Amino acid sequence: MTDVMDSEAVPETTRADWQSDQEVRWCPGCGDYSILTALQLLLPDLGVRREKTVFISGIGCAARFPYYMNTYGMHSIHGRAPAIATGLALARPDLDIWVVGGDGDMLSIGGNHLIHALRRNTNLNILLFNNQIYGLTKGQFSPTSETGKITKSSPVGLISEPFNPISVAIGAEASFVARTHDMDRKHLQEMFARAHAHSGASFVEVYQNCNVFNDGAFAEITKKDARDDMLINLVHGEPIQFGSEGQFGVVQSVDGVEIVNVSDVGVESLLVHDETRSNPSTAFALSRLASRPNTATPVGVFRAVEREEYASAMSDQVMGVTEERGRGQLKDLLHSLPTWEV
Amino acid sequence: MTDVVEQSELEAVDRVIIRFAGDSGDGMQLTGDRFTTASAINGNDLATFPDYPAEIRAPAGSLAGVSAFQVQISDHDIMTPGDAPEVMVAMNPAALKSDLHLLTPGGTLIVNNDTFEERNLAKAGYDYNPLEEGDDLSGYRTISVPMTSLTKEACKELGVKPRDAERSKNFFALGLVSWMYSRPIEPTLDWIDQRFAGKDQIIAANKAAFSAGHIYGESAELGDQRVVVKAAPLASGTYTNINGNTALSWGLIAASQLADLPLFLGSYPITPASDILHELAKHKAFGVTTFQAEDEIAAVGAALGASYGGHLGITTTSGPGVALKSETMGLAISLELPLVIINIQRGGPSTGLPTKTEAADLLMAMYGRHGESPMPIVAAKTPSECFFAAIEACRIALEHRTPVMLLSDGYLANGSEPWLLPDVDGLEPINIEFDTEYNHIGEDGEAGYWPYLRDENLVRSMAIPGTPNLMHRIGGIEKEDGSGNISYDPTNHAHMVEVRAERVKRVKVPDIEVAGDPDAEILVVGWGSTWGSITSAMGRVRSNGHKVAHAHLSHLNPFPKNLGEVLEGRTHILVPEMNLGQLSLMLRAEYLVDAKSISKVAGQPFTAGELEQTILEYIEGKSKS
Repeated sequence: MTDVMDSEAVPETTRADWQSDQEVRWCPGCGDYSILTALQLLLPDLGVRREKTVFISGIGCAARFPYYMNTYGMHSIHGRAPAIATGLALARPDLDIWVVGGDGDMLSIGGNHLIHALRRNTNLNILLFNNQIYGLTKGQFSPTSETGKITKSSPVGLISEPFNPISVAIGAEASFVARTHDMDRKHLQEMFARAHAHSGASFVEVYQNCNVFNDGAFAEITKKDARDDMLINLVHGEPIQFGSEGQFGVVQSVDGVEIVNVSDVGVESLLVHDETRSNPSTAFALSRLASRPNTATPVGVFRAVEREEYASAMSDQVMGVTEERGRGQLKDLLHSLPTWEV
Repeated sequence: MTDVVEQSELEAVDRVIIRFAGDSGDGMQLTGDRFTTASAINGNDLATFPDYPAEIRAPAGSLAGVSAFQVQISDHDIMTPGDAPEVMVAMNPAALKSDLHLLTPGGTLIVNNDTFEERNLAKAGYDYNPLEEGDDLSGYRTISVPMTSLTKEACKELGVKPRDAERSKNFFALGLVSWMYSRPIEPTLDWIDQRFAGKDQIIAANKAAFSAGHIYGESAELGDQRVVVKAAPLASGTYTNINGNTALSWGLIAASQLADLPLFLGSYPITPASDILHELAKHKAFGVTTFQAEDEIAAVGAALGASYGGHLGITTTSGPGVALKSETMGLAISLELPLVIINIQRGGPSTGLPTKTEAADLLMAMYGRHGESPMPIVAAKTPSECFFAAIEACRIALEHRTPVMLLSDGYLANGSEPWLLPDVDGLEPINIEFDTEYNHIGEDGEAGYWPYLRDENLVRSMAIPGTPNLMHRIGGIEKEDGSGNISYDPTNHAHMVEVRAERVKRVKVPDIEVAGDPDAEILVVGWGSTWGSITSAMGRVRSNGHKVAHAHLSHLNPFPKNLGEVLEGRTHILVPEMNLGQLSLMLRAEYLVDAKSISKVAGQPFTAGELEQTILEYIEGKSKS
């Protein structure tokens, strides 16, 4: 059925075609709305079919996402979306699969599935909506909450260190790693389109404001008048330079990278961003520039390297063995151990 | 080697139980397996019981490291690997110490006396040599053989290093026992060639050791020990010797073909279920995908994801792995998607006894999830029957869009028996059709798709991703029946809870058949791997003129419709189980009958003798009253 369909042109769609008939029920003002809108507006341009698109989510506010998409979708179990999506991707490499979850879902209860999905490089577009708080359970700290944070479950201040999701993804051998934020639709769409185009597991961290339990967590870097000085836009092949006048830049340092005044070093000394470096060290160093979103923070594609995609490698094995031995026959299988006649 | 004595001149025995026991590194499983294959080719009926420790290599020579393989071979139909062995091979003092008590009085003990030196004796806890002192061996016929030195001697001319030669001593034991029971030689020699292809020295050493053992039997005046077990009058056809895990794997492949859906296995290594992963990984040419996941939860999650995509999603596990999968089973129940969870039960709780058998997960299969979350349960009863149990579990899962738990156990998984190969063309197809058309007209008059519209068995509609126009969302949040939209409505939830319960009740299950004397006052009800022990025990009790009936459950949820009738009017209902009475609890709860539990939780299957004894006690108790 699929071959015939695929040879036909993908029908033109609009945003409305990608919206389900379900009422969107996030808190008014939630950053999730802008992410949903950005994606629903982008999908008509990606040349994909709605019936071939699947959204798989875990549990949490972000995980309601599939209900709002007029595609196939599954709202599954807290943390397990990458695992379920992996099975679907292995069974059905013809599908376009998006995994949506929050920081608790993907980095706490589902951390193990996330790192292995990235390591294996199955063709999944993994969107992590990071709001640095548990929203659906009403305000406990998450694995990305900053040390010292006062929350319902840390009334005297959070003791533990947070994860840096980009560092985690790079450490987990991810082949595509990007960061964006909910205040810039164009950048969101650009990152989603890049993630979609990448073969293998694509990881996009989206800084997402929870206006009820952690309002303004990213305001210092994402509000309009701060962005120029606080967002380091990573552009492949370009020197890493930012600031309203382009006055800041990033250079290689002894133990990683550091921010400098361009006037001190000259543009020619700036690190030219290369997202395709096979060695992940520089991408990792870039992810360490900001430990929390109140200092200049890189956004954009940290890393995009080509690596064997797991599901197609798996189906190649199945097809290869089948070709070599011929399609298995049950009768032959039953006679494959020593037999005797009575 | 020529057989100087014709088989016809030898004393014939109707059956024999042999136990090979040695150190984990002595190759006892391989030795037992080879003896079994030679016996199978000889036409005997047989049943095997590999009994080995969890440690890959416990300290050499220690009691913890004893690995044993028991096999019963017979000239008639048998159900179990037998109670007490009549012949035991003990390769070292530890094997003697740990297993001698199993040997039947007057039985034959074959020991490798080379290993009975001070250090090994001490490791086994002997402060004397039982071959020379004490009365441990009185009442047994002991054949004390220097197997290690004879093996080394046999290999001397071959240029094999003594240390390497020593490792072939299990083939000496195999040769000797093969001679005693007049097993054909060629299959083992051929097998050595195949198994060790390219390793000429090892081939030579193993063959030399095997021959030396055989010759030892002939030359050491053991003639009076030599007997023959004639072929069993089995139904005619083609047979293979198969263990439960292999049969189960093949059953899954068969189900995939019968349903015409690709097979997807999500699994995480765990004893004793891993062999199913290994077996299926070999069969990619059947369109099988095996995915070794990062953990048990991911394994079942991936299987569910594959099911959602229209494949036959399977996960295999055991013991604590089942607990980890519980949440995903709950999701599958809520989503109403096909999924088969295979549980090769082992001793628990926690790590428990990974390599020993138990059947204590019945209540977990039945009730071990949060909320009202019913799931059909199928149990296999013999190693070869695992093939059909696997097909049955897949059939229910696919035809009823439900997760199904298939229960096997360590005893079935590793035990083997001859299997009369079925006619694969005679297997009934599994019917599953995915929707491709709209199934509902909305209030606005527009055609649409409702994923939770149901047929007369309450089986929901199912359209898989990729199907044009039928896009829809499913999830673990309570949903409105029909549309599948999120619903927190109290009456809808009550309705859905009842629908999920009723769905399982409507699974068609064949009526239970009663074996033995159907109207007997005593009924033995079993499930799973106790079938062999119960059937053997029944045979013994009935051959003594007593009447007893046996009903064996392959479906534990739902129960067969006629089970209530079968239980009715009995004086005693006895329920032997490898747990503390889980089925008896279910029978009591469901049918208000006085089901008496006969319990064994020793990591070992019931022996027929134990059950015979218990049944007789009830019969005698009854006759007194």
